[in-house]
Amino acid sequence: MSEFSVIGRRLPKVNSWAHLTGQARYADDLFLPRMLYGRLLRATRPHARIRRIDVSRAAAHPGVVAIVTGADMPAKMGIMPSTQDETALAVDKVRYVGEPVAGVAAVDEDTAFDALSLIEVDYEDLDPIFTIEEALEREDVKIHDESKRANVFKEVHLSFGDLDGGFASADHVRDDWFFFEGNTHAPIESHSAVASYGADDKLTLWTATQVPHYLHRELEKVLGLPRSRIRVIATPNGGAFGGKSDPFGHEFAAALLSMRTHRPVKITLDREEVFYAHRGRHPVKMRIRTGVKKDGEITAVHYQSWLDGGAYASYGIATTYYTGALLTVTYRIPAYKFDGVRVYTNKPPCGPKRGHGTTQPRYGFECQLDKIAQDLGLDALEYRKRILQPPHSRTVNDLRITSMGLGECLDALQRATRYSERHGELGRGKGIGLAGSAYISGAGLPIYWNEMPHSGAEIRIDRGGGVTVMCGTSEIGQGSDNMLASVAAEALGILPSDVHVVSGDTSLAPVDLGSYSSRVTFMAGNAVKDAAMKLRSLLFAAASEKLGVAEDRLIAAYHRIYDQNDPEKFISFVDAAVLAESKHGTLVAAGSYKPPKGIGGSFKGAGVGPTPAYSYQAAVAEVSVDLETGTLTVDKVTTAHDCGRALNPANVEGQIEGSAYMGYGEIIAEEQIFRGGLHKKPSLLDYKLPTSLDTPALEAIVVESVDAEGPFGAKEAGEGPLNPVIPAIANAVYDAIGVRFDETPITPEKILEALGKRDNRGVPKSRIGPDGLAERNGDPKRAQRRLDASTEGRERKRTPPLGSR
Amino acid sequence: MLRLPRFRVLSPRTYGEAAKLLDEHGAAELDRSRGTPTLRVMLVAGGTDLFPNMKRRQFAPEILVSLTHVRNAAGVQENGELVISAGTTLTALAQDPRVRERYTALAEAAEVVSTPQLRNMGTVGGNICLDTRCNWYDQSLFWRTAEGYCMKTNPEVVCRVATSSPRCLAVASADTVPALMVLGATVHFEDARGARDVRLAEFYREDGMSPSTLRSDEVLTDVTIPREDGWRSTYVKLRDRGSFDFPIAAVAAAVRWDGRAVADARVAITALASRPILIDAARAALIGTRLEDEAIAAAAEAVHKTARPMDNTSGTISQRKRASRVLTERALRSLRPA
Ligand SMILES: Cc1cc2nc3c(=O)[nH]c(=O)nc-3n(C[C@H](O)[C@H](O)[C@H](O)COP(=O)(O)OP(=O)(O)OC[C@H]3O[C@@H](n4cnc5c(N)ncnc54)[C@H](O)[C@@H]3O)c2cc1C
Ligand code: SF4
Repeated sequence: MSEFSVIGRRLPKVNSWAHLTGQARYADDLFLPRMLYGRLLRATRPHARIRRIDVSRAAAHPGVVAIVTGADMPAKMGIMPSTQDETALAVDKVRYVGEPVAGVAAVDEDTAFDALSLIEVDYEDLDPIFTIEEALEREDVKIHDESKRANVFKEVHLSFGDLDGGFASADHVRDDWFFFEGNTHAPIESHSAVASYGADDKLTLWTATQVPHYLHRELEKVLGLPRSRIRVIATPNGGAFGGKSDPFGHEFAAALLSMRTHRPVKITLDREEVFYAHRGRHPVKMRIRTGVKKDGEITAVHYQSWLDGGAYASYGIATTYYTGALLTVTYRIPAYKFDGVRVYTNKPPCGPKRGHGTTQPRYGFECQLDKIAQDLGLDALEYRKRILQPPHSRTVNDLRITSMGLGECLDALQRATRYSERHGELGRGKGIGLAGSAYISGAGLPIYWNEMPHSGAEIRIDRGGGVTVMCGTSEIGQGSDNMLASVAAEALGILPSDVHVVSGDTSLAPVDLGSYSSRVTFMAGNAVKDAAMKLRSLLFAAASEKLGVAEDRLIAAYHRIYDQNDPEKFISFVDAAVLAESKHGTLVAAGSYKPPKGIGGSFKGAGVGPTPAYSYQAAVAEVSVDLETGTLTVDKVTTAHDCGRALNPANVEGQIEGSAYMGYGEIIAEEQIFRGGLHKKPSLLDYKLPTSLDTPALEAIVVESVDAEGPFGAKEAGEGPLNPVIPAIANAVYDAIGVRFDETPITPEKILEALGKRDNRGVPKSRIGPDGLAERNGDPKRAQRRLDASTEGRERKRTPPLGSR
Repeated sequence: MLRLPRFRVLSPRTYGEAAKLLDEHGAAELDRSRGTPTLRVMLVAGGTDLFPNMKRRQFAPEILVSLTHVRNAAGVQENGELVISAGTTLTALAQDPRVRERYTALAEAAEVVSTPQLRNMGTVGGNICLDTRCNWYDQSLFWRTAEGYCMKTNPEVVCRVATSSPRCLAVASADTVPALMVLGATVHFEDARGARDVRLAEFYREDGMSPSTLRSDEVLTDVTIPREDGWRSTYVKLRDRGSFDFPIAAVAAAVRWDGRAVADARVAITALASRPILIDAARAALIGTRLEDEAIAAAAEAVHKTARPMDNTSGTISQRKRASRVLTERALRSLRPA
């Protein structure tokens, strides 16, 4: 029998019934009496000064109740305190098409929509910047005046170990460029917020957010209302994936409109607006230089990245560091240099998407390792196993490694897929590929400097044996409510379904920093466990007295507290609660968690990368390529993931499969791309999220390394499993057709180009990808010219000038 | 969610009444009072094309004449020829055993339109009258405002796809149409004054703004397909995903076998120009052959020559142009005797 009664069991998620039957109440499902409907006016110019905004016609429109513009909320805000460069609504300048400019509250949505067209904005166009290259060069155009060099947002350089010596001692050096195209989260629930400013002069904001606590702080700053008068309630998020972890214009606009009207105001974004809210995967150009010995042992890595950040900071400073921070935790790297630059461009801001900043370098690096294995004639799986970073070690950039199950993941994959026998043997058009990866179980530092816990939880036991867990976490579909309930239930000897969970409410629950960086299971799990163990000892003290059994012999499980030597000697959970309350008073306990000190270095920039525990994972992809149409089919993805311990294996497998699906979408088709500042595909018809018919067979293998510091040994499972899928597919395509795809996504066009079959033109290529910073695909200004074209221009072109024939 | 513009719905019981309503409410008139010129009154069948377009304000008619309550508007009859009422849903068409067996291309085409939900609502009439598509045009009002519009909605503006083009290059995108063409279909219309028949192959024109000879005061009532023995047909579609997506290149092919030789053949394409095209040169390349590789290659070459994809759908020009050849070869090979 397992040592646990809840942990490790495939129990249904506590909230799945509500989700499956449509009873879960998302923000847009809330209807309050006297509620108004808001909509945002968005910028139609990619880069322009706002000369004047005239709302008078809109304000006079019947049914319009209030209008707010940027001037009403001029305070700078943003998720990272050190780089706040955004305002709730644009104040004097717009920096991307789709940036919110004004908000209207009206009696219904149609009226609000009609009123938008009555607002007049007078723009003075400025030169837009759309590419990394331009952003680095154009000193004459500043998207933000704060940029010291051209349009650079942030530049970082870190160096560890003897890089020159490392390269000098290498037998073989690879130097490769890669490009990872930007893409977006596309959660099925669009962002929505309902604000209600009451007669008590307090503001309540229900919103689909991953970060109620950080939003709480920004609301105070922007609205000028003390935080003590604001309550943020994170509603269940219908998917988020990082896309709901910034403070957004519609949240502030709804709040201020409610403060102005003293009526509740709801703003729900439409699908197109979600593409503008974005904060998705950064497009990243990368150059990776790796030196190896003949046997493949890495001697040095020089990794460089250029990130296209879009118009604002978002988490950009962290993203930039993340592109360089985690390459070192998987394989032994004795010397490492990282240079990163993030630039501003006139596109929706990029931010954190599942795998935040680590997905792009991991893709490049694992593709490069595959090339190295090939260059040296090594089996890519055996090779990786030989160079693993050992458990309980420190990396060259001073990251503390504890449990490390990448080797077990690779073994499990070999057993499941017979990769080593099949690689290179499947015949033309069929391929199998492999990659490994790692991720953090929560960032080691909060985004604003403080010494307080990262996560707090409070548990109450009532006289009927009811247990309520309160924790500031945000349920985004990943299962965090279920995790809180499971950890509490395990500690107290009840079942998750018995537990009431109050999460994401800044008034009722202690602070948890939010559902980002895969921190919740590890950190909130530990906080809840801490609180639950305190209550358990109160229950045990009472039960021990009653049963006459020493506390250390007691076990809590299945609604009983019993003697482990004689299970018939027991007291029910409810009776124990009554006894304990009689003995100790009201049963409430708080718990908290803060990562230990010393898990990272002390150099500038050392704050990004450390975590209390790294998750490890590897994936094998099997693909088929249609050599005539260029269509790539991924037949199967098998992922093995070291999650420390699977608190609920079904949920862990769900996270692994969901990650594989998302990674698959990113490499096969998804792209957030633009035509002269206009999003090319801001709809779910055109933005090609894979459907269930396209999705490969997915197999998830859970590897348990039982982390010493994780709650019951658990680490993260929500993000890491995405990372290896992308390079595994690229490596499988190489196995199938002998072409390296050093650029995502792998489209039919690119496959045909590589095969020399671009409509019968062209010659075969062994590689598709960039050779430097320049745009690979033609003329980036072409779309702009199409947008600027006029009929006079057309006529001039069509009628030959006088005198010519 | 994007909201529909405000409109009124009229629900006639017969096609004749529908045509009268169109006439009474000034079908042919363009309303220029709402920014983008728009028809004042439009027909709606399943609404799966029209409503998304209305949400994006590509059309904002004041009045919709709904065909949902027209009697006998749906159904497939066989009396010498196959008569398909315009209101027949794509699901019904795809599942009809007679269509599957004798008019295979049509069943195959209906089956790969969009998603099961939209096939349950979408009709064959709506598919035949589908608006042409372009990714500079199938965008919200907000997007198109930022774009500065294009010729299709605002004739005084250029075409964004080819800024020197005197015409709109939007793409014919209906799946069932090339299938119906290779099956020799004829379409029947009624207006307030009478009726007319047109061979489907002659119904369309190479103009994205006015892609067919359909007049805005006409109702498509049904489609007929002659019954001729010995035909085998198929439809092959290239799209990005296994569901949802419009074709980005598609080929319908039909071959009539006389013993071991091809007595007659038809090949039609869509999503490769502003109109679906029945390609005579492909027919010529196939008649009298046994569908040997060379014959198929010659037909595919004819198709390839005709295909003129532009940069206004998903995918790329060269990918789609190439696909026109590959899909033709695959379609024809599948029609060889087993
Ligand atoms: C996400 C999505 C994906 C799609 N994918 C595909 C696809 O892959 N392939 C494809 O072919 N289509 C696709 N469609 C378009 C559409 O669903 C189908 O073309 C469908 O057959 C349209 O039929 P309907 O009855 O819904 O037409 P409606 O929307 O009702 O009408 C379409 C047009 O035809 C006119 N019309 C309708 N009936 C008549 C009539 N009897 N006489 C005269 N005019 C008439 C209407 O006025 C309107 O202009 C897609 C649509 C969406 C929203
Ligand atoms: S082809 Fe040209 S005119 Fe036609 S819809 Fe597209 S951009 Fe507009």
